[in-house]
Amino acid sequence: MAVATAGPRPALRSRLGRKIQDNLMAYAFMAGGIACFALFSWYPLVRGVILSFQQINFVTDPYWVGTENFSAIFNDPLFVTAWKNTLVFTGIALIFGFAVPLGLSILINEMRHLKGFFRVAVYLPVMLPPIVGVLLFRYFYDPGFGLFNTVLRGVGLPESQWTQSSSTAMISLVLVSTWANLGGATLMYLAALQSIPGELYEAAELDGASAWRRLRHVTFPQLRFIMLVLLLLQIIATMQVFIEPYQLTGTSNPDTVTVMVLIYRYAFTVNQDFGMAAAMSVLLFVVLAIFSAIYLRVTRDRD
Amino acid sequence: MTITAPIRPLPATPPVTSPPRRRRGSGNTDGPRTLFSETEIGRGKGRVVYWLVLALVFLLFLTVFIFPLYWMFSSAVKTPEEYAQPDPTFFPQSFVPETYQLAWDRMRIAKFFGNTALYAFGGWLIQIVFQVGVAYALSKLRPLFGKVVLGGMLASLMLPATALLIPAYLTVTDVPIFGWNLLNTPWALWLPAVANAFNIYVLKRFFDQIPNDLLDSAALDGAGRFRVLWSIVLPLSRPVLGVVSIFSIVAIWKDFIWPLLVLQDPETQTLSVALSRLASTSQVPPTQLMAGLAIASVPMIVVFLIFQRSIIGGLAAGSMKG
Repeated sequence: MAVATAGPRPALRSRLGRKIQDNLMAYAFMAGGIACFALFSWYPLVRGVILSFQQINFVTDPYWVGTENFSAIFNDPLFVTAWKNTLVFTGIALIFGFAVPLGLSILINEMRHLKGFFRVAVYLPVMLPPIVGVLLFRYFYDPGFGLFNTVLRGVGLPESQWTQSSSTAMISLVLVSTWANLGGATLMYLAALQSIPGELYEAAELDGASAWRRLRHVTFPQLRFIMLVLLLLQIIATMQVFIEPYQLTGTSNPDTVTVMVLIYRYAFTVNQDFGMAAAMSVLLFVVLAIFSAIYLRVTRDRD
Repeated sequence: MTITAPIRPLPATPPVTSPPRRRRGSGNTDGPRTLFSETEIGRGKGRVVYWLVLALVFLLFLTVFIFPLYWMFSSAVKTPEEYAQPDPTFFPQSFVPETYQLAWDRMRIAKFFGNTALYAFGGWLIQIVFQVGVAYALSKLRPLFGKVVLGGMLASLMLPATALLIPAYLTVTDVPIFGWNLLNTPWALWLPAVANAFNIYVLKRFFDQIPNDLLDSAALDGAGRFRVLWSIVLPLSRPVLGVVSIFSIVAIWKDFIWPLLVLQDPETQTLSVALSRLASTSQVPPTQLMAGLAIASVPMIVVFLIFQRSIIGGLAAGSMKG
């Protein structure tokens, strides 16, 4: 009897010990990764919210200022301008960035030749460092000797001031940004197009549907999900626009100040005011979180 | 405005799928059916229209996507006078390839290129080590609270990077607990790069597909956890490691706003940030700047041409980088 009860106990203890050891081992494997997440992702999230109610001067400890940062940004005349500009940018970028990749992908998908070339060409600008596209276009946009005005002159159209006039500055920024980014969406549409079962087209054709009707009643319904996903992703990405206005029109140009540019301005140029920058970031975060939540819902329903 | 991080990876598809083999040549009818049938495109009027459209689309792509790159490479070899004349020349009439050399030396592109390469490869190494560690532990060792850790990491995909910019910058100036100031050091790029939940998710999903029996039998033979990872899991995971490596290197090479903030000392800057700074000063001859842009692009173009299958395949599988 004594032998029998003594039997399982050490085994149990050793199994427990084994389990603890296994867990320690697992966390040892994860330690570096968890530390990086904690320090550079989880902690800044909390800190950002706290900071939006604080003031910091790098000499003394941060101190609480209540909602002063928020009232300061609400009273800044650039606040409304920045949001308006960001919405305009996002809006124009959607018109181009949504329709063009869709059209291009449908075209590429119909091509029986050079498909590889089309795929590579459309994605090439996405691979370049963003600053390269922006600075190239800065030259193209030059009102004096830039390429775009040379072409416009050549075909007898009126020249444009591009980034240097307040009426065309925004659309110029959208053009660069669309050129540099549409490859990703195009290739994703293309992948979705290739997964549409061919029988659907055949059946529609047998029923006498014209190419236009096949496009409307087969292609578009099949793409609906990816269209929605890319629409949301694009809204989220374009609302964070920074490099184009930063490099092409400068951070102090009210025509093109966007939310991100304003955050940069608050923290790093004029004001050196990290509290205001953090408050602005919190607002941007809330707006983007709404779209993220919709995105999450949409993709989860699909599972 | 690049889509730097997906909010949530699209479900279902295994992380590594090569794109469907594309058809070569003309006339074979075994390809997937698309909007137009082969017969519609293959004969009569449809055939003419098809070739016309093909030619137009080809020209369009050439002009819109390839020409600007040609312009960049060819403008750099023009003399500054030819470059600045009001009617740009399509084919350079002068040929001064030394501009590239000048940019490399005098604009100190060499220095910034070296910096960026150091950041990209160091960042890649540290990411692979830490991210594989996390993914392996979560997938195969299944510790207590593993789900919580994974959830916390995936939740970070919801955060737009820019919303964290300001607090992350302040964190880097004074890392909590350790008290380090990482500004103007490579660590300011390397450590935050590890916190990339997307890579961890992709790696974990791949590791999940490796049968446990395989690992158990190795463990019975006396192999430790690390040995199993090193000699069984990693060799089997070459394709996914490749994709993750490419994405992390490309991401660091392309990044702009974060290095702009944390590397303000010109000596430590990346190529992108340095080019941005040089472009805003008037001392740099524009042809040399063009050469600088071309040099910054070459590594990415080469990576793309070599690994286009993995890159496009990874994109199609739902990773929304770039």
